[in-house]
Amino acid sequence: MDIVRSFTTHRRLLWAGLLVLVLILIATVPLYGGKYQTFLLAFILMYVIMAVAWAMFSGATGYMSLAPAAFFGVGIYVMALLQYELPFPLIIVIGGLASFGLALLVGLVTLRLRGMYFAIFTFGLVMLMQQIFNYLESVRAHIHGRSIIPLDVTMLFYIMLGLVVITVLAVYFIRRSRYGLAMLSIGGNEEAAEHMGVNTTMVKVLTFAISTVFMGVAGVVAAPLMIYVNPSIAFNVTYSFLPILMAVFGGMGQLYGPIVGAFVFGYLDATIRVRFFNYFMITFGIILVVVILFLPNGIAGLVPLVRDKLGRRILRLRNGGEGEQHANT
Amino acid sequence: MSGDIVTTIVSGLLQGGIYGLLAMGLSLQYGICRVLNITHGEFAMLGAVLTYSLSKGLGINPLVTVVIIGPLLFGLGFLLQATLFRGLKARAPAPAAFEGNALLAAFGLMYIIDYIAYLRWGTSLMPSQWLNTKVPGLGIDVYVNQIVAFAIAVVLGIAVYLFLTRSKLGRAIRATAEDPATAGLMGVNTNTILAFCFGLGALLAGIAGILTSIRTFANTSVGFNSTVIALVVVTLGGLGSVPGSFVAGILVGIVSMVVTRFWEPVLNVAVYYAMLMVLLLARPAGILGKK
Repeated sequence: MDIVRSFTTHRRLLWAGLLVLVLILIATVPLYGGKYQTFLLAFILMYVIMAVAWAMFSGATGYMSLAPAAFFGVGIYVMALLQYELPFPLIIVIGGLASFGLALLVGLVTLRLRGMYFAIFTFGLVMLMQQIFNYLESVRAHIHGRSIIPLDVTMLFYIMLGLVVITVLAVYFIRRSRYGLAMLSIGGNEEAAEHMGVNTTMVKVLTFAISTVFMGVAGVVAAPLMIYVNPSIAFNVTYSFLPILMAVFGGMGQLYGPIVGAFVFGYLDATIRVRFFNYFMITFGIILVVVILFLPNGIAGLVPLVRDKLGRRILRLRNGGEGEQHANT
Repeated sequence: MSGDIVTTIVSGLLQGGIYGLLAMGLSLQYGICRVLNITHGEFAMLGAVLTYSLSKGLGINPLVTVVIIGPLLFGLGFLLQATLFRGLKARAPAPAAFEGNALLAAFGLMYIIDYIAYLRWGTSLMPSQWLNTKVPGLGIDVYVNQIVAFAIAVVLGIAVYLFLTRSKLGRAIRATAEDPATAGLMGVNTNTILAFCFGLGALLAGIAGILTSIRTFANTSVGFNSTVIALVVVTLGGLGSVPGSFVAGILVGIVSMVVTRFWEPVLNVAVYYAMLMVLLLARPAGILGKK
């Protein structure tokens, strides 16, 4: 009984402890795992950043960005172009700022308007970026792809892990801030939000641009893991599809949803997709459709349902006799 | 040089008719079913590659393949609306949530269709040689198949417009788009109407694909590009405005042809985006759209 009580009263503390434990577990992987495990986990962490950042804006506001890959690719190209010029930490900052700038442009054109214009504009954005870079690189400069100096995988892994922590903390605090509430109110009923005094355009543009900073930063750090990039590798629609699938699968309503989704599909992506690419893309597509239809709140949406059922059953077991007596009298 | 300009504009116009037909389907699906169907281009792709394989496999005229492809794609669209999108609508807490979820579902569908087609047909170009001869006596490079495709697109476009504005079923469709609840009370089976419209949209995409296949070539990778074109054209024409889409399609066809011919052929998407940006900044309701 005491255990149950202490679990319920110190629940928050327990969750925090569990979180730290998982973090330590992940952080020590380079010590006991091999180089490949570290590499794989670094890629999964990259997807965690992408999925969490995507869900922060699109999940809350309902404005579906179909172009995470565009901002990710900007990060990759910032790294490819500046790798000899500047120190790595500075490139990471510039990658984030470049994404922010592009997102600001997209946001100012489309997010002033309500409705589907944002989704329409972002749908082809990855292709547009691919084409522009292809034009500037192959047609103008006659450069066919760029190689990126491979950096130490363990170091990249720790940087990625640090970025995951920063992203998750930042998104946690944004969700709890006035901006988080404003985003949710836009998702619920934009007109009402506006009447309540929310500057909807400003909130939408700003939070969208902030969410893409994380994507651009992830691109910069992921670039050395790719070793060679060209416009069609850097701006690949798969990097749009997978983060969206991960966020939807895990559940956009909770912060941990996209993280769970990123681990599940990031692992599948890294291990099996390479060998059966086409079949897996088909399966992933089917999973996305099925999850949206039957589990619109994702895996995270199942948790309260299961908890309610379990709680009711425990309650019935605990005072089962009393309940029956009550029914008789 | 002047002949060159005329050729470019005429072939842009002929191309634009197909874009118009393609966009009309998307406009119908968004305007009435409220589904921004980003799988639309994949239906056009299916129409194109099926035309090639059926006409080669059965040895029939590529235009005749419509008797097989048409019902197939119509049925596929009908079923999608009747099961998936209807289910999403029933479960959505608010109309805006439905549009978002439908968009994501269509995003998943896009990958399903794309990769199934890729598994079946690979990446090869499938050129059509049907009526691939110049129109004589014009002095410009226009091919007979381009003229035939354009004529079919225009006739179909007008037919769909007349169907929507003049027929009884068309009136039921417009009523459903305007106010589904009241239309339902007046005896319109709105679920069937929505499924019919979605099927019709898919059919129009498929026919646009057939026409593309007979005037150029079929390829499994054109779906994404076709969707981008359809989205840009629909926005230019005013979201949900069916005649607007056709006019905008012709405009996009001419502009993109002129730019790719005289400036830079690899930047076609950039040109669509430039047009889209100007429009969104200046007149978001579209060229023929109502504010």
